[in-house]
Amino acid sequence: MVIDGLHILHGVDFDVASAGVTALLGRNGAGKTTTVKAVMGLVPRTGSIRLSGAEISSLSTHLVVRHGIGYAPEDRGIFAGLTVAENLRLAEREVRGGAEAGEPNYALVHELFPELKARAGQLAGTLSGGQQQMVAIGRTLLNRNRLIIADEPTKGLAPKIVSEVAEVLARAAEAVPVLLVEQNLALVRRLAGTCAVLADGRTAHRGDTAELLADEEAARRLLGVGSRHPLAGGPRSSSTSSAASPAATPVVTTEVRP
Amino acid sequence: MDTVVLLSCTGLGLGALYFLVASGLSLIFGLMDVLNFAHGALLSIGAYATWWAGTEAGFSFWLAVPFGTLVGTAAAVMLELFLIRPLYSRPRDQILATVGVGLAVPALLMGIWGADARPFPQPALLAGTWHVLGATVPVNRFVLLAAAALLLLTLRLFLARTRYGLIVRAGVEDRAMVTALGIDVRRAFTLVFAIGGAAAALGGALGGLYFGSVNPGQGTSLLIFAFVVVVMGGMGSVTGAAAASAGVGLVQQFANYYTGTGLGDLSVVVLLAVLLLVRPRGLTGRLA
Repeated sequence: MVIDGLHILHGVDFDVASAGVTALLGRNGAGKTTTVKAVMGLVPRTGSIRLSGAEISSLSTHLVVRHGIGYAPEDRGIFAGLTVAENLRLAEREVRGGAEAGEPNYALVHELFPELKARAGQLAGTLSGGQQQMVAIGRTLLNRNRLIIADEPTKGLAPKIVSEVAEVLARAAEAVPVLLVEQNLALVRRLAGTCAVLADGRTAHRGDTAELLADEEAARRLLGVGSRHPLAGGPRSSSTSSAASPAATPVVTTEVRP
Repeated sequence: MDTVVLLSCTGLGLGALYFLVASGLSLIFGLMDVLNFAHGALLSIGAYATWWAGTEAGFSFWLAVPFGTLVGTAAAVMLELFLIRPLYSRPRDQILATVGVGLAVPALLMGIWGADARPFPQPALLAGTWHVLGATVPVNRFVLLAAAALLLLTLRLFLARTRYGLIVRAGVEDRAMVTALGIDVRRAFTLVFAIGGAAAALGGALGGLYFGSVNPGQGTSLLIFAFVVVVMGGMGSVTGAAAASAGVGLVQQFANYYTGTGLGDLSVVVLLAVLLLVRPRGLTGRLA
């Protein structure tokens, strides 16, 4: 694999399990957000990214999404000047024919987030952080996806909302594999069966989440925390995990198996 | 009194002309971050195509205007597809390219039809005057106003009611996120260019009525005021552009009449400076 001083990610290599939640972990600045942006084609990248066997690493963002990825970005990516209903409508994807054609699943979104139905006409910019996160996750559930990527969905949310979001992610993961970037280790322990840990733009560890978090020494070394004192809903630094610079070309090898 | 009425009607007519140029400019900048210095050239293309169709080709005026608008729209689409699109990752080159087109088109028009103003065909129906509150006002002022009002209404409906309108509004906020929802935002770019080009070309055609003639530099001089209007109205805001257009047209006419010719144009710049000091984000600060 090409290693270049300009690259932020040098050798990120992990698989997303075909079911359930896979966590992408690492300290701030390890390259987690850059990795998912590379998967989405939002930053230039080289390497291989395969979704159910199909190579998607050369596709532009909208085509990556049409391959069946729902993306809830770190900053939630809400359109503040649009209503809740418009934010959701924008995420509707017209699927061209075939077995995969399906109506946008508003029933599911409104069942999981009844508040979004009640606030359909409200401008998304006036929602609380938790409600905005509901819009962001709701958009990923509207279409029949092969993978959902949620980048720090509980960042900055109140503990009660965090557990609501966790429940929704667990529900979503029953139907679609979820790649979860998260710093809340209590949440990760609860949701994620497998995980990959990034450090300095490389994959430093891959394996079973429970095993990693049980190994106090490894958890401290890789994540900078003692596993006996998980950061459950505690105050966290607001700095982002991305260290993207325009010159950076992440190298990612990722596979999502069907 | 009749002077005030005449100045108001003329100012609003001129403002309507600014709006025809500025609305597209504002949408293009809001959605694509492209400062389209070639927008005045699109107006000139519309004006000359209408003039050519109405005189040399012998079309009736009512056919010449849609013809000119169509030619301007086609020119805008080609500009986006062949010049702007290949340069998306190079915004500075993009600006330089539009500046180049903005200079080349008037030069080309001058090369073909000369630097002198060409008298514009005036259909009998629009050549007369109306009496409004004691003032005698040329009918073409009202034609421009009607066209601008219709454009404003159409754009607002487009932005509020259609899927592409939704994509444009979202894209003005965050283009990358629009693509991350699986939308090919480039199609919206081309569409916005087509709309902006059509409006500017229509402005060229109707501007020919207003000024009575066409000349190669018309588009460029109107573009300056259109930029002022876009900044005042708030980038990407159609309604803001409409309000700012009316304001700029009125201030310009009144100041030019009551102070001295040329001071009106200066006062527009003063107005812009004051507005930017008081409301840095423009009149509305938001879209539509």
